[in-house]
Amino acid sequence: MIRILSVLLACCLALPVLAQGGPLRIEITEGVIEPVPFAAPAFVPETPQAAEVARQITEVVAADLTGTGLFRRIGPDAFISQVSDFNAPVAYPDWRAVNAQALVTGEVAVQGSALIVRFRLHDVFAGQEMGSGLQFQGTVESWRRMGHKVADVVYSRITGEGGYFDSRVVYVSETGPKDNRQKRLAIMDYDGANTQFLTDSSAIVLAPRFAPSGDRVLYTSYSSGRPRIYLLDVASVSTRALDTEAGSMSFAPRFAPDGRTVIFSQTQDGNTDLFTLDLTTGTRQRLTSAPSIETAPSYSPDGAQIVFESDRSGSQQLYVMPATGGEATRISFGQGRYGTPVWSPRGDYIAFTKQNTGRFHIGVMRTDGSEERLLTASFLDEGPTWSPNGRVIMFTRETRGASGEANLYSVDISGRNLQRIPTTGGASDPAWSPLQN
Amino acid sequence: MKTGQYISGAAHVGLILWLLVGIGFDADPLPFDSVSATLVTEEDYAALTALSAPPEAPAEPEAVPEPEPAPEPEPEPEPEPTPEPAPQPAPQPRPAPVQSPEQPQALPDPAAEAAPESTPAPAPRIAPEPAPRPEAPADPDPVPQVAVEPVEAPEPAPAPEPRDAAVPEESSTRIVTEAEERPQTAPTTSPRPLPRPSRPVPPEPEETPVETVAEAEPEPTPEPEPELTPEPEPEPAPEPDAEPEAPLFDDAVAAALAEALGGAGTTPDAPATLSQAEADSLRLAVSACWNVGSLSSDALGVTVIVALEFARDGRPIADTIRMVSASGGGGDATRQAFETARRAILRCGTEGYDLPPQQYDLWKSIEMVFDPEKMRRL
Repeated sequence: MIRILSVLLACCLALPVLAQGGPLRIEITEGVIEPVPFAAPAFVPETPQAAEVARQITEVVAADLTGTGLFRRIGPDAFISQVSDFNAPVAYPDWRAVNAQALVTGEVAVQGSALIVRFRLHDVFAGQEMGSGLQFQGTVESWRRMGHKVADVVYSRITGEGGYFDSRVVYVSETGPKDNRQKRLAIMDYDGANTQFLTDSSAIVLAPRFAPSGDRVLYTSYSSGRPRIYLLDVASVSTRALDTEAGSMSFAPRFAPDGRTVIFSQTQDGNTDLFTLDLTTGTRQRLTSAPSIETAPSYSPDGAQIVFESDRSGSQQLYVMPATGGEATRISFGQGRYGTPVWSPRGDYIAFTKQNTGRFHIGVMRTDGSEERLLTASFLDEGPTWSPNGRVIMFTRETRGASGEANLYSVDISGRNLQRIPTTGGASDPAWSPLQN
Repeated sequence: MKTGQYISGAAHVGLILWLLVGIGFDADPLPFDSVSATLVTEEDYAALTALSAPPEAPAEPEAVPEPEPAPEPEPEPEPEPTPEPAPQPAPQPRPAPVQSPEQPQALPDPAAEAAPESTPAPAPRIAPEPAPRPEAPADPDPVPQVAVEPVEAPEPAPAPEPRDAAVPEESSTRIVTEAEERPQTAPTTSPRPLPRPSRPVPPEPEETPVETVAEAEPEPTPEPEPELTPEPEPEPAPEPDAEPEAPLFDDAVAAALAEALGGAGTTPDAPATLSQAEADSLRLAVSACWNVGSLSSDALGVTVIVALEFARDGRPIADTIRMVSASGGGGDATRQAFETARRAILRCGTEGYDLPPQQYDLWKSIEMVFDPEKMRRL
């Protein structure tokens, strides 16, 4: 009986593909999600003194790509052929044999204090270059940035979206126990390298935020005994207090996309509302006047809208309103409390912190509140910030207990590739810079 | 009503009486056979066992891998003509032809391997003379172990060969975020799998009583080499005792299946289209290499139609891959979507797709629609 049924089944399966006029057409609707295997043989040093920096740049490029979770490096031990001449033809079959889908070759030259990096990206299975070769020139000291720039181009050519490796992160560096924690501003490369401290730990500092140009940082400091907003020039590490209303508490600042306007929260007479300040003219403007607490504002990339958190409905929720003020529309309706919303630089999502049933989450939702998706879950996750390309979110994760420490983590907006960012000591409240020029 | 009771009572009384009288029972004892036993003294027993037991117990049992009592008798019948690498040390020169525990330590001589017939396997602790090799026993195992004779690489560790087309561990068709993860209840470790069961052994020759005595000894004088001999093939040995008529019917079913699934192409007038099964086979093969993990969200919104041509061996011709049309995205996103589709076609087609060669005209030119709708993550 089973055999008879199998024959009948086979006959059903054997129904021929519908005849059609043109060539046979196959529809493929399901693929796989896996890291793209790539090979990055050591960049060829043009001179012997460039050998070490060539190797280091290669490692930075490979680490950048691998760290995204979208790429998987094929170890040099698997290589069949080596690249000893940057301009020699690539033996694509050899790289196909090790299943490399992309191949990055490069050459490094050191001329005095100048560093020149040339590279090419190859589509191994197509047997051709992806785009044309590029050359970067800088100083020897900036070799890490050179590597990041190469990785950005590779990433962009393969994924079709901008990179984020040549960027920096400003954050609050934390040391000491929870009941006596020392905080100061620090800045580092996106991957935790090249950390520099911008302030001392004499006063509590909070919520640093980059200017769209990346050269200035807004932050909140208690140096005057009450929270106040300061503007720090990254290059000169000079600081000045913003001209907010005297006697009030101002905090949660963020730049508008034009780089001239700052939006912040200010508490007056026990009520917290949103205000803007024009840095060039010093003009202040009130945006909200509700008796509830409005804070954590963030501009949309076009500067037309603002998302912020408010408890006007009785619990902490997210609202969107025009950048000039007006009627606010609630966009969060899930269970729990929502806070610290941040508009994606691509404009398509809003990242947020969510607290529900004793756990904290980092999540994303569409700008109208739809398609909410929680990416993380832990004892305390908060303060998301977007990578320049809107693909990765960095946030603070703090562990439980008196000895618990805050650290920085990153996660892809798909929810994959959760990684801890290496920092010197504890770290919290990160803000991602735009790509450097 | 009462009539029935009377009848029943009378029948019971009759039965009891018949049992008491015993009519028909035979009281004669059953016949039985008697077997005479011989008393063997301790000295005689020692003299008997001295011929078959090993000279002395092995001083270092750890030299032997594992006692493995079950596979012990396996080397004895020696059905295969060759795979006895251990006994090459030639048991003949030894005073007692019993295999010593040190013998497996000797490395197999590749030269001796070439002439295995000259060094028959000794029968361990069985008889003073090496057991003659059975004359070509009817081997129920059709797996030719001789084919695996090149034993130059004695390490049996199976080298995992690279599988290009295999999906790596990280791959998935669904993304589970940390927030969606459930606590794992599965154990983090699992018990080591049991060793592979030994191959079915052909029926053993008749064992002698002396052999039984030796069998009872715990002394392990095995030939571990036979166990380490090249585990030749991963494919399971076919069952020799399959029902005889089943293959015939299965062949008929297989023939019907083959014909239904496209075997009709063997006829001169081949069908005008690929079968659904053949088309599905190609679709699944390309899907396995269509990696959308690195695509931007914009590119994940692009549906691209790609046309290409194949060589007769099923390999895609790279130069013929072109984009017919695309929808749902801008220039960069479309380019990324097309390149990802092209990579998928080329990557999984390096060895040629499994397409019926007799229907080459049907699949020489194909269009593939790559629709990432189901793969859109956000």
